[in-house]
Amino acid sequence: MYSPAIIFEAVLNGLMTGAVYALIALGLTLVYGVLHIINFAHGALLTAAMFAVFALHVAFRVDPYVSILIVTPLFFALGYGLQRFVIGPASHGDDQNILLVTLGLSILIENGLLAIFRSDTRTIDVPYGFNVVEVGPLLLSQPKLIGLAGSVAVAILLWLFMVRTDTGKAIRAVAKERLGATLMGIDVAHIYAITFGLGCACLAVAAALLMPSFYVNPRVGNAFVLVAFTIVVLGGMGSIAGALIGGLFIGMVESVSGLLLGESLGQIGIFLIFILVLLLRPTGLFGAKA
Amino acid sequence: MLLRHPPFALLIGILTVLAGLPLLGLPNTALNFLFFVLVIALAGQGWNLAGGYGGQFSFGHAAFFGVGAYTTAILQVRYGVNAWLGFGAGIALGSFVGFVIGSLSFRAGLRGSYFALVTLAFAEVLRILANAAPITGGAAGILIKLDVAPANFQFASRAVFFWIALALVGAVLILNRMIEQRRFGAYLVAIRENEAAARALGVNVLAVKLQAISLSAAITAAAGALYAQYFLYLDAAIAFGPWISVEALLAAIIGGAGTVLGPLLGAGLLHGLGEITKLAAGRVPGIDLVVYGIVLILVVAFAPRGVIGLFTKGDKGGEPTSHG
Amino acid sequence: MAEPMLQVKNLTKRFGGLTAVNDASFSVEAGSITGLIGPNGAGKTTAFTMISGFTVPSAGEVLYEGRSILGQPPETLAKLGLARTFQIVQPFAGLSVRENIAVGAYLRHPARDAAMAEADRVAALVGLAGEADKSASALTVAGRKRLELARALATGPRLLLLDEVLAGLNPSEIRDIIPVLQKVRAAGVTILMIEHVMQAVMSLCERVVVIAEGKLIAEGAPEQVVREPRVIEAYLGQGAAERLARGESHG
Repeated sequence: MYSPAIIFEAVLNGLMTGAVYALIALGLTLVYGVLHIINFAHGALLTAAMFAVFALHVAFRVDPYVSILIVTPLFFALGYGLQRFVIGPASHGDDQNILLVTLGLSILIENGLLAIFRSDTRTIDVPYGFNVVEVGPLLLSQPKLIGLAGSVAVAILLWLFMVRTDTGKAIRAVAKERLGATLMGIDVAHIYAITFGLGCACLAVAAALLMPSFYVNPRVGNAFVLVAFTIVVLGGMGSIAGALIGGLFIGMVESVSGLLLGESLGQIGIFLIFILVLLLRPTGLFGAKA
Repeated sequence: MLLRHPPFALLIGILTVLAGLPLLGLPNTALNFLFFVLVIALAGQGWNLAGGYGGQFSFGHAAFFGVGAYTTAILQVRYGVNAWLGFGAGIALGSFVGFVIGSLSFRAGLRGSYFALVTLAFAEVLRILANAAPITGGAAGILIKLDVAPANFQFASRAVFFWIALALVGAVLILNRMIEQRRFGAYLVAIRENEAAARALGVNVLAVKLQAISLSAAITAAAGALYAQYFLYLDAAIAFGPWISVEALLAAIIGGAGTVLGPLLGAGLLHGLGEITKLAAGRVPGIDLVVYGIVLILVVAFAPRGVIGLFTKGDKGGEPTSHG
Repeated sequence: MAEPMLQVKNLTKRFGGLTAVNDASFSVEAGSITGLIGPNGAGKTTAFTMISGFTVPSAGEVLYEGRSILGQPPETLAKLGLARTFQIVQPFAGLSVRENIAVGAYLRHPARDAAMAEADRVAALVGLAGEADKSASALTVAGRKRLELARALATGPRLLLLDEVLAGLNPSEIRDIIPVLQKVRAAGVTILMIEHVMQAVMSLCERVVVIAEGKLIAEGAPEQVVREPRVIEAYLGQGAAERLARGESHG
């Protein structure tokens, strides 16, 4: 049997990883909540952001945390452009087309990265990569703690943005009642693109928070995106609070089931949750309605 | 019109021409390529039945491909079952898995993106299980013993494999064409276009969808079993990996979803394009897939009814109806 | 007296706090054309969705040919001979007009040739014979309305529920379709129709049922029902009947 201390440590580790998951899921759920589309390119875009952080570090010795200041606006712009000029026009407003276009983007980005960076797994060497923080009897990874803090900070910022700013209010108006928002003179295509940009910006921050303690290869986003889908489905499509709680919960489940079942089978827990939630309660555990 | 609803004579003609290809004295690499295109076309034909005609977009047809492949491999390697029987069992079990996944998802009312997600998740669960379970050989994979004999579904000549694959693709072409002309086909399209209207007209939507996904899974499982028999090696990433789900979907969508010839045309075009790209760009990994991604986006944007749709512009009508 | 084709008893549907249909009871005699009228949002379409099996009532009973059909799904009801059309017509876009109608015809004619022949017969009945080979998405609004009617007719119904088949048509198109509905009835099909076009209701229906705010407020012959103060008020607002009556007496 496992001692309570080991389980407790697994739970804490899971919470820290879960916070970054939550951040990734936040981008996904935001896009879903407003555009009502499932962005299949989310994972590939995360991979792209991680490579951007990696490349900045290799080429210009930019610290991953500092690179947030560069990568985030870059990915906001990328997301804005993708939605405005590719996904929106190409899909003619049809749900299944959106699914296909974002799938096409994900194939394109993932393999574009493969062509540029090859399939090697890469890491960033930073002096603090293996630093630990002592909390009572526990040793916690410093980069992961920063990841937790950063994710929570972004979630709060995003929430403030949605509640306080005019753009945020416009986004919420579009999410609630698209036609009404159009009638009020809100440029829906612009708001969609901004929302998609925000989703990508979340990914950029997540990428920077992940890189000091994680690795990157062209397929790394796949693992995250399925987890993110699970979180979004669990938390209720479009719910920001749901994504946060769902992320923390899934991080914990993964960590504990990894401990009990081993690394490779550990993932199964997540997928089973995913399937069960979809089959039994597709509106999510925290979602009010579809 | 001719391409959208090809008459049987045209189908037979196309198949006859394709069947002649190995007689041209093509090198083995070319036959390898053609065989692979046919396997993808077959997997795509499976996808097309549920996804193209029925509008149920699956992102997890790897589940059926993998079950077909692993069933025949495991039966031969672990239980000494004859390869042909194993092949049949692979198709049957693949179909059953399709029925089970379909029952769970359709009964839960999952449609559109949700159905795509849940099928993806099912395929991933199977991949993880296959990667860990002893019976599948785990991460090391499973190797079918090389023993070239027709009784073992192993042939010295690649041409024979090509013909078998072509026969399967041809059988499904004709099956699809027959379905188009029958109640089942009309019901499938009705469900794709408007489920509520179909129900009001007496269509048992759940039953039709389940028939479609079972048949769809059987066809894709046949592709998987054929793959296993040809390469004699499987691992979880090959059998259940997302690549085959994507290939099956791409072939159908790019060729023309909901058309008889779509998946075959799509698989041929896509892989032809992929080969040309590889020749032009040299050995850059992933470059062919970059092209696939671009083609998919372009097709959705500019040719929503696939490449076949480009040749039948203006013909938005359905089936030519000939009757007494 | 013969049993009514359809009996609706105390039908109620609540969505959360909103009661869309409230304790409504009415019946439809076999062989009749009955109108279901009422102001917008009165609950007519909700009543239809319950009768046709798309939603389950919160309370009440629906008897079709004397048997309860509560809880039966629409596809089963179609087999029993109860067909409906939809207010928002959506032809199956990938299919021709004939094939669209055949989707309905397949219910009683599983073989393709028989279904196609039946589809042609119905197409001729509703005046779509010349457009059978057209793509359904190429039809005009009036054509789509006819197609919607044809698909439902092709299922071989004994009771046909029509949800605003005349909405969106111009007066001459309405004039053209009225005899079609009379032919359908003459062929032995009972019709219950939701309709706003009063001219059509007056000329087609021998009985009308009026609901407002989910409640049954009147039923009877159309020319008699439209004079009832409660009906006038439901349409024109509180006190309207009185104002109208005063207006009439003044000259």
